[in-house]
Amino acid sequence: MPQTLFDKIWDAHEIGIPTHPLLYIDLHLVHEVTSPQAFDGLRLAGRHVRRPDRTLATADHNVPTDGTPVAARIRDELSRKQVETLERNCEEFGIPLFSLGSDRQGIVHIIGPELGVTQPGMTIVCGDSHTATHGAFGSLAFGIGTSEVEHVLATQCLVQAKPRSMRILYQGSLGFGVTAKDLILATIGQMGVAGATGHVVEFAGEAIQALSMEGRMTVCNMTIEGGGRAGMIAPDETTFEWVIGRAGAPSEVPDEWRELYTEDGASFDKQIEVDASAVSPMVTWGTNPGMVVPVTSAVPEPNSDQDERALDYMGLEPGMPMEEIKLDRVFIGSCTNSRIGDLRAAAEVVGGRRVAQGVYAMVVPGSQQVKLEAEREGLDEVFKRAGFDWRGAGCSMCLGMNPDIAAPRERVASTSNRNFEGRQGRGARSHLVSPQMAAAAAIEGHFVDIREWEAGN
Amino acid sequence: MKAIETITGHVSVLNRDDVDTDQIIPKQFLKRIERSGFGEFLFFDWAQEPGWELPRNPILVAGRNFGCGSSREHAPWALEDYGFQAIIAPSFADIFRSNCTKIGLLPVQLTPDECASIREAGEAQVDLAAQEVRWPGGTASFEIDSDIKHRLLNGLDDIALTLEAQDAIAQYEGERERSGGWAGPSTTAIA
Repeated sequence: MPQTLFDKIWDAHEIGIPTHPLLYIDLHLVHEVTSPQAFDGLRLAGRHVRRPDRTLATADHNVPTDGTPVAARIRDELSRKQVETLERNCEEFGIPLFSLGSDRQGIVHIIGPELGVTQPGMTIVCGDSHTATHGAFGSLAFGIGTSEVEHVLATQCLVQAKPRSMRILYQGSLGFGVTAKDLILATIGQMGVAGATGHVVEFAGEAIQALSMEGRMTVCNMTIEGGGRAGMIAPDETTFEWVIGRAGAPSEVPDEWRELYTEDGASFDKQIEVDASAVSPMVTWGTNPGMVVPVTSAVPEPNSDQDERALDYMGLEPGMPMEEIKLDRVFIGSCTNSRIGDLRAAAEVVGGRRVAQGVYAMVVPGSQQVKLEAEREGLDEVFKRAGFDWRGAGCSMCLGMNPDIAAPRERVASTSNRNFEGRQGRGARSHLVSPQMAAAAAIEGHFVDIREWEAGN
Repeated sequence: MKAIETITGHVSVLNRDDVDTDQIIPKQFLKRIERSGFGEFLFFDWAQEPGWELPRNPILVAGRNFGCGSSREHAPWALEDYGFQAIIAPSFADIFRSNCTKIGLLPVQLTPDECASIREAGEAQVDLAAQEVRWPGGTASFEIDSDIKHRLLNGLDDIALTLEAQDAIAQYEGERERSGGWAGPSTTAIA
């Protein structure tokens, strides 16, 4: 029977035991927020970490982005304790760690691919819902909870029944000024925030194949925002070229990687089609990523109590053109959009212009390596001259666990992945956009259609 | 983990769809390194809105796609610490559902009509062994994975069960090594 990419990876990692379905995990990524209780559990039971050599940790959620050099200098007591706890746990259990102060530190979903430890055909887990990012390389990558983190640390396996399969097939190609971020936002808008629940999603079609690895990561990253268990893209030459030569990667493409594709005639439990050529630059108007419209349209009429609540929280009136929404803050960063390509694209939009008066704009590179590369290319100077705050690496204002938060009622254009109530600060109003759209919004102080704006400038 | 038998009592109602885990337990409470004590921060922001009411009952009846978003297990920890033992909803987000079963908080998926009827009744009994929910005026059966059910009914620890199969895992790793192993160096080699 013809197999899907998902079937192939699943079959290669399934271990048959009598009590429950087990999936062997090739790479376990660990960070400070969802791991301390798991390590405590190991200690209490006198268990060790089965494969420290297939485990990698970093500090990202909590770290200040102000250049704080070591964990001991983190001012917030609880954050400091959490990062120091990670450092102690990694030392005790022999797990390699890139903590604050390391030039390899960064957001866990940025550094995995960057180091080349994220590879095609792997099973990858992390106690973080955006783990599907790694599926961009043709791996099967799940977000898991802390009990599962403990289970994987102890056994290198995940208890997991096989999810259903789904394909999102894109027709046509993306138009001028339309990015991977717009593509995934439009997809979630079309299928809803629970449209892929219970499914492992394969993204396919010409528009996907044409994306860079960074664009593919952006798409897979937001699979969870459509409810998907994992998102993946078949690896191709673009993938191999990106991976080969990195520190954790092999020096040549293994033959098995070339077998990682969905065979003709393989069936999916569910399939939807999305017209990529019809996608516009997108902006969210509400309090989940499915509440999204093209920048050229207006705030929609509410269809439910949930919509009304969202409009009320966001302080928006139906019928208001999206381009008239004025902003207080702009955040360029997060595991969705903080790679070097994202920063290059944003810097290009900024050019020699300045951030609008009254707008506080910040750029938070996804990793120290991204930061260093951006500085080598002079992108930091472009941002700083324009009035952007140039920060250190971390999750930052995507979820505001560190000091980077917005104030109540402040309106934020954000390249992150969640516009939930309170996500970026209590009462803060988040609009999700691409890095290009965020940069242009910073310059103008309100949203603009990047296609016309770039042509006009 | 404590074994689950039947869960009986009054129900609390949260009739909103797509409730995400950022609402269940906001991020400022994720800095704790302990597993307990999250109940007092449950729905921290919403609890300050006028008219908010969420009594500490054994059962919560929630809306569609409950627990979407972040994978934080702190969300089920907070719900459990608050006093809930079962959550009844028309649908759950995947990671949240799985996290609940790991700590003995029972996710029960029923139809929207059945959920409405239970909200109306104000009390219910969830019988895991019979896979049935009973309330004044109705009964409904629910689906649950048989392995998970067995584990919950007996209060078994996943890790202990998997460790009994260590030989199978070692055998898998051995075969993997023999067929060329993993491509590229280990994480310990590059750190």
